[in-house]
Amino acid sequence: MNNRILEKLHALVPESIVASKEFRGELTITLTVDVIVRVCQFLKTDPELAFDMLIDCTAVDMYRPEARFEVVYHLYSLKNTRYLRLKVLVEEDQAVVPTLTGVWPAANWHERETFDMFGIRFAGHPDLRRLYMPEEFEYHPLRKDFPLMGIPDSLPLPRR
Amino acid sequence: MSARNSEDSRRSQILAALEDQDTTVVIDDPLENSMILNMGPQHPATHGVLRLLIKLDGETVMAAVPELGYLHRGYEKIAESSTYHEFIPHTDRLDYLSPLSNNVAYVLAVEKLAGIEAPRRAQYIRVLVCEMARVASHLVAIGSMAMDVGALTVLLWTFREREKLLDIYDVLCGARFTTSYTRIGGLQQDWTPQCTAMLRQFLSEFDADVKEVEKLLQNNRIFIDRCENVGHLSREDAIAWGVTGPLLRAAGVPRDLRRDVPYLVYPEFDFKVITFTESDALARFYVRLAEMYESTGILRQALDALPEGPYNAFETKKVLPSKERTYTRMEELIHDFMLINLGIDPPIGEVYQAIESSKGELGFYLVSDGTGHPWRMKIRSPSTCNLSTLPIMLKGGMISDIVAVIGSMDPVMGEADK
Repeated sequence: MNNRILEKLHALVPESIVASKEFRGELTITLTVDVIVRVCQFLKTDPELAFDMLIDCTAVDMYRPEARFEVVYHLYSLKNTRYLRLKVLVEEDQAVVPTLTGVWPAANWHERETFDMFGIRFAGHPDLRRLYMPEEFEYHPLRKDFPLMGIPDSLPLPRR
Repeated sequence: MSARNSEDSRRSQILAALEDQDTTVVIDDPLENSMILNMGPQHPATHGVLRLLIKLDGETVMAAVPELGYLHRGYEKIAESSTYHEFIPHTDRLDYLSPLSNNVAYVLAVEKLAGIEAPRRAQYIRVLVCEMARVASHLVAIGSMAMDVGALTVLLWTFREREKLLDIYDVLCGARFTTSYTRIGGLQQDWTPQCTAMLRQFLSEFDADVKEVEKLLQNNRIFIDRCENVGHLSREDAIAWGVTGPLLRAAGVPRDLRRDVPYLVYPEFDFKVITFTESDALARFYVRLAEMYESTGILRQALDALPEGPYNAFETKKVLPSKERTYTRMEELIHDFMLINLGIDPPIGEVYQAIESSKGELGFYLVSDGTGHPWRMKIRSPSTCNLSTLPIMLKGGMISDIVAVIGSMDPVMGEADK
């Protein structure tokens, strides 16, 4: 089954698959940013693969000079009962990824959370604002350069 | 003569001034405007600190915007600085109504990453513990949903059942609520015959007690009127919005991770996946009620099939050794020291492991860089995804339906906000 997914994606976007890896029985495919919406649309509508649920969308801050962030999508197929992980490499100074809300509405809140925690913007998102932190918060907490104990006076706390 | 003239002229001046005055009164018709109501984070019926901004036209909800973040504790950031073992108590606090299933989910993810498998006895006990957590959580869900729509007695009766389960946790794990029972490679301590006796006692009384609760609500005209056709979520919407758990099964999709992507020893048990098709608050209530009976069936089967054997895997560099060996032998002392302070060293890679918790699919995505603490941990919480469908479910209903819908969805803000 994993081979079928790779075959079909190679037929669709042969030059955009950066890497693919299988670890502990899970397939991870790394793509370039520009084809992600097309690939997800294909994976959702293809009758054999039928990845009709977006389970999770998040990001990882690899803290390296090139391709600092990796945006990770977990897809699930109800028909084949299997998961697939898609990854997109994102630069730090151009942290924009096209939104997947047109393919799965579930991406709406997940992309808001990724924007809140990492600062990655999603082009075309209907309502990109912070999910957990207050609106006036200026930093992005899950980046590796944000300290664990927080930045003093970054949150409006009640005075005694 | 002149005085009379001046009085007349003054009177006519006054009359003219009065008639000239603009005396139309503008009344702001409240029925023509819409009102924004804040169902604030502190509210007895929002199941935690959920803030809802509702746009109302009279009593009808036109739009609702949920706002999360009031219980955001930064668990994913904490996980990046703590070892894999240190994070286990934090997982209790996620879905705090069924803490044991969070423990099991996290430890399964770490074991998948590190390539360890817990022994058979530990897997059976984990199944027992997960199903007990499911029953406890559904008891709260049913009780609080009924309480929100007005049937206060139901809450007290379901909490009475839950107290028996919490007593079993007390004997088994040492704590009623924040249990931290599982460990990487196994469990903290063994399942004792006293726990078996308590669980069999609980199971023998459970069916009769829940039947009493059912009798209160089954033909209750008020309960059915408040919950039927309320909060409808179509099947396509449920799949597209990533909804999992009882909400998805009440919409007609038979997705249950215990059956579809099995973990632990679930393939050896016989249970049904409960689905309804109406996808309203009443259907979700019935899904939870029926799932409790299925869970007690699994509990009976697991108790009968519980094997003997070790409850911790024997993997010296990754699993904490037992206390007797740590205090008496040198090698185990060194391993204990290294594991506690520096953590297990799983291979570089990433895994995603999900379980079917009582709210839906609870998944942990772990990225490891080879050191003792994770590089990134993402908690895929079911309550966040379920809450994102609130605007769809509330639109067009009444204010009093909001409470029934939130009760039927049963969000837990501890895991929704992480």
